[in-house]
Amino acid sequence: MPLLAQAAGSGITVEPHWYMALAAVLFAIGAAGLLLRRNALVMFMSIELMLNAVNLTFVAVDAGIGSLEGQISVLFVMVVAAAEVTVGLAIIVAVFRKRATASMDELSGLKG
Amino acid sequence: MDTVVWLIVALPLAGFLALLFFGRRLGEPVAGYVGSATVGLSFVLALVAALEFLGGGEDVHARTVELFEWIPSLGLSASFLWDPLSAMMTLVVTGVGTLIHVYSVGYMHGDPRFGRFFTYLNLFITSMLILVLGANFGILFVGWELVGLSSYLLISFWFEKPTAAAAGKKAFIVNRIGDFGFLIALMLIFAAFGSLDFAYVFENASATLSTGTATAIALLLLVGAAGKSAQLPLHVWLPDAMEGPTPVSALIHAATMVTAGVYMVARAGALFTLSPTAGAVVTTVGAATALFAATIAIGQRDIKRVLAYSTISQLGYMFMGVGAFAFVGGVFHLVTHAFFKALLFLGAGSVIHAIGGEQDMAKMGGLRKKVPVTFATMVVAWIAISGIPPFSGFWSKDEILASVFNRGGGYLLLWAVGIVTAGLTAFYMSRMMFLTFWGEPRWDAGVAPHESPRSMTIPLIALAGLATVGGLINTPWRPTLEHFLEPAFELVEQAHLPAGGTQIVLAIVSIAAGVIGILVAYQRYVVRDTALEEGGRWDTLLEGYHVDDFYGRTLVAPGKAAADALAFTADAKVVDGAVDGLGAVVGHIGRLLTKLQTGLVRNYGLGILAGAVAVILWLLVAGGAL
Repeated sequence: MPLLAQAAGSGITVEPHWYMALAAVLFAIGAAGLLLRRNALVMFMSIELMLNAVNLTFVAVDAGIGSLEGQISVLFVMVVAAAEVTVGLAIIVAVFRKRATASMDELSGLKG
Repeated sequence: MDTVVWLIVALPLAGFLALLFFGRRLGEPVAGYVGSATVGLSFVLALVAALEFLGGGEDVHARTVELFEWIPSLGLSASFLWDPLSAMMTLVVTGVGTLIHVYSVGYMHGDPRFGRFFTYLNLFITSMLILVLGANFGILFVGWELVGLSSYLLISFWFEKPTAAAAGKKAFIVNRIGDFGFLIALMLIFAAFGSLDFAYVFENASATLSTGTATAIALLLLVGAAGKSAQLPLHVWLPDAMEGPTPVSALIHAATMVTAGVYMVARAGALFTLSPTAGAVVTTVGAATALFAATIAIGQRDIKRVLAYSTISQLGYMFMGVGAFAFVGGVFHLVTHAFFKALLFLGAGSVIHAIGGEQDMAKMGGLRKKVPVTFATMVVAWIAISGIPPFSGFWSKDEILASVFNRGGGYLLLWAVGIVTAGLTAFYMSRMMFLTFWGEPRWDAGVAPHESPRSMTIPLIALAGLATVGGLINTPWRPTLEHFLEPAFELVEQAHLPAGGTQIVLAIVSIAAGVIGILVAYQRYVVRDTALEEGGRWDTLLEGYHVDDFYGRTLVAPGKAAADALAFTADAKVVDGAVDGLGAVVGHIGRLLTKLQTGLVRNYGLGILAGAVAVILWLLVAGGAL
């Protein structure tokens, strides 16, 4: 595992599944944030957290199997996420100006 | 010569198309001239083409003109048959048609749909020519249906009148019943012969058909003929058809279209002669219709309805003739009847025209001096239909009655019916004449009767001439028509006339019947000056024995009830119910599912997450990891 960093001098080897576990934890935190919080900005940050958790699994697995495809995917995810943030933030700002709130629960106009 | 034959049909067709597109622009009277000229030219061509048979050239008996292949899979082609029988019919149709076209120019004067009228008349002539010239049952049927259509259009020509619109529908629907029988007969013929071609079918008829099949085919053809020719029990449409303009009544509902049934039976004579049963049925239907309609005619008040029932009665005679296999006699009566009945109708139209559209004989009387030409010509027709020699009706009616008599047995009874009917015919025609032209004037105040314009009287005079001498084309000692038609019936075993002495006795009996009818009517309506009868049994006659009511109650009312049940129960409740119900179910499900749409992003997110988890779990299970 030459690419994986080793804690210098500590003698502890960073195993690949540690990354996977970290990603899972990050993803779970993101999902929980998305489902439990009401503030649009916080929910947005949660989504970013989930995306980055996925990115982490991509590069970790890639490094493990010596492939590049995952890393390329990461680049795509980053680009899309950047665009999404731009659009999303603009929407949030527009909604806030109109409704004077950023609480997602109050934005239920499409309720059936 | 082949070109001439198809031109005979093409000319009225061209007239029809021209009038269809430019009739309104041509207007009055040019549209009438166009219609009359095309039909008149067609008559001249037919005359030229018919000379070929008169010339005595024994080699030419029939000529088939194939226009194009129509339905190759059935071996059907659009072709015309030019033989003496179809030539005879073509001459009657175009000849009488031309006279009635000319008459209509005067009669329809001032009608807002003048051009349309001639469009329909030309369509009718075209259709009728297709009918009589068709060389197979397929083309015959096309013409058959087309004349039905033009008859419908012309009966309800004044469709603003609800009665006229209803009469048109009635004629069409009653004819459909007949057409149904005709169609089944055509299917049976095709099943038996594999062809609908006249020449093939008639040549192989006796070799191919069993008596049973022949009877079935003949009786089904009779159903079709009865519908078109207004025979019992399908006669009810013809009296109502008088709602149409009078020239239409004369041309279609007296002279030509209604005789299509007679023509068809004569044409299919080779099939009818194979089944004595069918022949007897045709004769009986004819005799019954003749007597039945003649008695009804006695009680009519409307001058045109007298003539309508008279037409039904005379068609009954023609059916007696062709049913007794006296095909020449039947066709002969068809021709003479076309002359005198067209004359009677046109004369009646002239009378109606003269007194401002009144058709009720209660408001006529004493018109002799006011409309002298109409009166004189109608007297000729009256004597002709009453069977007084030497006028035309006598010769043809007598030939039929003599042929029926000569068959012997049960036919003697039918002959007696025919003689009684002859007496009744003379009586009701005399009643009509006396009530219209004799006695005191009874017309409404302010009506000034006047003779019709020349375009109307000239056709009357021409028809009067034909009604006078028309019978001489086939007298017992000079049967010109019989020789002329011989090639058309060479495959058929025709009825024979009795010996000369018997013929004279029979003629005297039938003349006596006619004279008695006229004298009784003279005594009653001129000497005793009886007014138009009313009440009691006369109302039964006026209503035609309430046949319409009977059909109304037994057929029309249940039919309407069934239609109502289908429309308002089966359709509105069952069909619409099923469709509406399905819509309601979908709506309910949708309304239930909208509960899922909470509008809360968190709920949607949870859904997505749960879905993702479910997919992963499934992949793990399917992959064998769990």
